[in-house]
Amino acid sequence: MKGIIFDIKKFAIHDGPGIRSTVFFKGCPLRCRWCHNPEGISPAAEVMVFSRRCLSDCRSCIKACPRKALSRYAAKIVLQRERCDHCGLCVSACPAEVLQMAGRFVSAEQVIDELAKDAVFYRSSAGGVTFSGGEPLQQAHFLLALLRQAKKKGWHTTVDTCGHAPWASFTKIMPWVDLFLFDLKSIDLGRHRRLTGMPNDLILENLPRVSHAARSLAIRIPLIPGSNDSEVELARMADYCAALPRPHPVHLLPYHRGGGSKRERLGQTDPMPGARPPSAAKIQQIMEIFRQRKLTVISGG
Amino acid sequence: MNDRIKKLRRQSLRAVPELSAERGMLLTRFYKSAACRGLSAPLLRAEAFAYLLNHKKITILPGELIVGERGPAAKATPTYPEITCHSLADLEILARRPKIPFRVSATTRRQFAREIIPFWSGKTMRDKLFACMTPEWLEAYRAGVFTEFMEQRAPGHTVCGDKIYRQGCGDFKKQIRASLAALDFLQDPEALAKSEELQAMAIAADAIIAFAGRYAAKARSQMTAKKNPARKKELRAIAAACAWVPAHAPRDFHDALQHYWFIHLGVISEANPWDAFNPGRLDQHLLPFYRRGLADGSLTREKARELLQAFWIKFNNHPSPPKVGVTAEESGTYTDFALINTGGLTAKGEDGVNELSFLILEVVEEMRLLQPSSAVQISRKSPDAFLKRALEIVRTGYGQPSLFNSEAIVAELLRQGKSLADARRGGASGCVETGAFGRESYILTGYFNLVKVLEITLHNGIDPLSGRRIGLETGDPAAFRRMDDLLAAFAKQLRFFIDIKIRGSNVIDRLYARYLPVPFLSLLIDDCIANGRDYHEGGARYNTSYIQGVGLGTISDCLSAIQRHVFQDKRLSMKRLLSLLDSDFRGREASRQLLLNKTPRYGNDDDAADDLMKKVFELYFAAIDGRPNMRGGRYRINLLPTTVHIYFGRKTGATPDGRKAGEPLSEGISPVQGADRQGPTAVIKSAAKIDHLRTGGTLLNQKFTPQLLADERGIGQLANLVRAYFGLHGHHVQFNVVDAATLRAAQKHPERYRDLIVRVAGYSDYFVDIGVELQEEIISRTEHQEFE
Repeated sequence: MKGIIFDIKKFAIHDGPGIRSTVFFKGCPLRCRWCHNPEGISPAAEVMVFSRRCLSDCRSCIKACPRKALSRYAAKIVLQRERCDHCGLCVSACPAEVLQMAGRFVSAEQVIDELAKDAVFYRSSAGGVTFSGGEPLQQAHFLLALLRQAKKKGWHTTVDTCGHAPWASFTKIMPWVDLFLFDLKSIDLGRHRRLTGMPNDLILENLPRVSHAARSLAIRIPLIPGSNDSEVELARMADYCAALPRPHPVHLLPYHRGGGSKRERLGQTDPMPGARPPSAAKIQQIMEIFRQRKLTVISGG
Repeated sequence: MNDRIKKLRRQSLRAVPELSAERGMLLTRFYKSAACRGLSAPLLRAEAFAYLLNHKKITILPGELIVGERGPAAKATPTYPEITCHSLADLEILARRPKIPFRVSATTRRQFAREIIPFWSGKTMRDKLFACMTPEWLEAYRAGVFTEFMEQRAPGHTVCGDKIYRQGCGDFKKQIRASLAALDFLQDPEALAKSEELQAMAIAADAIIAFAGRYAAKARSQMTAKKNPARKKELRAIAAACAWVPAHAPRDFHDALQHYWFIHLGVISEANPWDAFNPGRLDQHLLPFYRRGLADGSLTREKARELLQAFWIKFNNHPSPPKVGVTAEESGTYTDFALINTGGLTAKGEDGVNELSFLILEVVEEMRLLQPSSAVQISRKSPDAFLKRALEIVRTGYGQPSLFNSEAIVAELLRQGKSLADARRGGASGCVETGAFGRESYILTGYFNLVKVLEITLHNGIDPLSGRRIGLETGDPAAFRRMDDLLAAFAKQLRFFIDIKIRGSNVIDRLYARYLPVPFLSLLIDDCIANGRDYHEGGARYNTSYIQGVGLGTISDCLSAIQRHVFQDKRLSMKRLLSLLDSDFRGREASRQLLLNKTPRYGNDDDAADDLMKKVFELYFAAIDGRPNMRGGRYRINLLPTTVHIYFGRKTGATPDGRKAGEPLSEGISPVQGADRQGPTAVIKSAAKIDHLRTGGTLLNQKFTPQLLADERGIGQLANLVRAYFGLHGHHVQFNVVDAATLRAAQKHPERYRDLIVRVAGYSDYFVDIGVELQEEIISRTEHQEFE
């Protein structure tokens, strides 16, 4: 069983309880404008360019590329993505890690071996492993294989999902998941489509079901200035959360600018160039909206 | 902090470190006098000590509660011309160096020129030491293969135990009389030497009692002059304490602190021992006095805090004595490495964390002074609240306290042959070195540059910096076919230089035993009195010599680069690699980047690199551990650098891990700066592959930005990280909270800061990888927190 991931991050302390390792799956059904992991959107491997690391006197990558997709322009390496077939020859040729591959096919065993390296920390901290992305349910079979092996090792498991996946996939993994981190971006269908490229009907169908069936669930709401942070919108989301079959903590994730530089590396333009993170005072106000509905709310994961 | 402490703290911070000629002048006058003619070395040293304490100027500063200064004023720092004599040029360097200067007055210069230098020149321990070293030793020393601690200061590196809280110097004198009475002049050829040493100890004991008496008199005379009734009362208490201790065992909390402080002054006036001296497990030593005081109403928690704070300030008033020669130019700290341990286990193996442990942490947090340094010992029995409290202080960004693993310390000491109770009473001192407090002479002999030995191996015995053959001919590396060939050559070369180092240290052991006994220190460390032997002569119950390995991370990465690119992938020939090194990668940046980036590196929990690190560790261990020293003990290893990785780096050319000539080596057992890219858990896993229990201490540094530790959760997970490391038998870890200036440096030199993780928001990322705007945002956030 193989799948495509783009990173395994250790000492993750914001993706569930304790010290965790987070596996980032590649491929996501949504296209959120603020996405802070844009390299997780496409299901295919892609070359990222860290142009600031490039050396002036080295042309190793240009020489290595069989499709002549690389060139040097204004002291910078330029990748013509329409020519690139992600063969990775440039990545291994580059000495300075200017070119890096986002996305590698790995077996479940390989991932588990890597995760097992930090088992001592999961034990000392009541932590575990988190599957995030991208959207992990996009590769449901691979996810299931990983969850099963992780549970066999006795680790706490968390799945961080956007919620846009067939219910059948949820039911398959349900017995192996200790905690779901379930994203909620907007209650309004039109706005959701505008912000993420997809309607939210499936998500809003799944969330109550997960609330009912999951061992544990936290709802994560990204706070995107000017997009979903109006009082009306947030009140609707809070009402929605309060009306779920069981009470769940709400994590507010204030917008940050981490996605912008990653978009640059992927040759994309930042769809939200002027956006600023919400102020601490604003976050406090928003938290109040949730507290009024007797919801447990924290800022940050 | 109350007003008095604020004032004392301000006085201490504002006092300008000054070089004092007082001790040098008194010693010179004494050594010139007829009084010392014909005395044996121990008696000469004891009489010199007594002369010094009888004649030095004494001061009680306004508002002080704990009294006593080594020099004539706060931060007036003496020199020790009998050990190392500062030249006029040294004085100029000390006065002018931009960092860590010492003021040198015209009078001081004159006294040095007219009296001190003419008398001591050619007669110092330093002169004797260099005269006794072999040409091989001198070559290796000059090349930066190793350093020698005792060319600047006397051996010391030891810590006070628990006996001074139960006994005074009067009691020690009774023990001395018993030892004298037991001497066997009929059978023991050393009986005469022992009798002289014991008499010297008795003279030293009387000298410190008389010294305290001078303070008692001074307090009484100030008392009559003062109008303020509150201060009068304080001075009366000071006079009472100084009249009682150090002659007798302390009666209360105040006595106990004043007692230790006189003992401390005695040790650092007698000689200039490395790491000064230190009260060790202060929370346990003081606990009976604290509890008794609270119970009988003579003490409150607030009063205890104030006394502890006053005690802390005394340490800060005593900068490390300045060095001579090149070391004076390089030395970068006023701190004298008195490391106060709290927490840990009791001698009976119970949890040693008590209410005073927490009070001491409060004092550390409030005082924020350079000295003394503070450490917490964490055992499996230590409550989480204690660890978290310590980490909250770490978070404030002042690098203290450092964290030690009690179970590892106990296991290390047991392996070296200490009893279980002595091991549990021990701890870490100086930087991180393990010792049985109050019962051991454990001497750090010098740093050893592992990377330099590899460099010499790669040049078949020649130091490429000087072009001189200073090592063995272990074969042309271009002819090596396998990693094992290189490792075998390295092992031979290593053994060659370790033999040189140990030969030198053995001679130095004897020089100090013969010419510079320390009868006062010998009073304090068991079993010098019972054995009738000096601390320098093997009188202590345990006698260890350490050689501190430096550059473990760098050498592991070097070997890994050779393994990967020369032997495995054959992307580079050995010849080509050596030519890259010899040209310092000039015009070959792409090749350097290849070595930097495409090599498995130590600190990433990657066995490809970590297995090589383990091999180097085993070779180093085998070359040193268990070899006899001249004090009846054995050589052991530890892995710590203080700041010598910078000096060693300057002495080492370009290396196969992509490091340019002259750049610092890795420090302690930390990975090369920027080489660890898998986060702190991977660093800890790699570091834990070292068998810490076979060392006498290792040093691991981790960097964090304050945001990562901002909330309860961050502290909690950091505590879990520490527990996991200690569960894996890690010896020590310290967390440096990164400041805005470091982040600015990382923007400029991203390659050196590839390991720096910052918390962006709900997630964290490598600082050098995020966009400039976001970097700016984080820098401003960090600056903001620094001001809070």
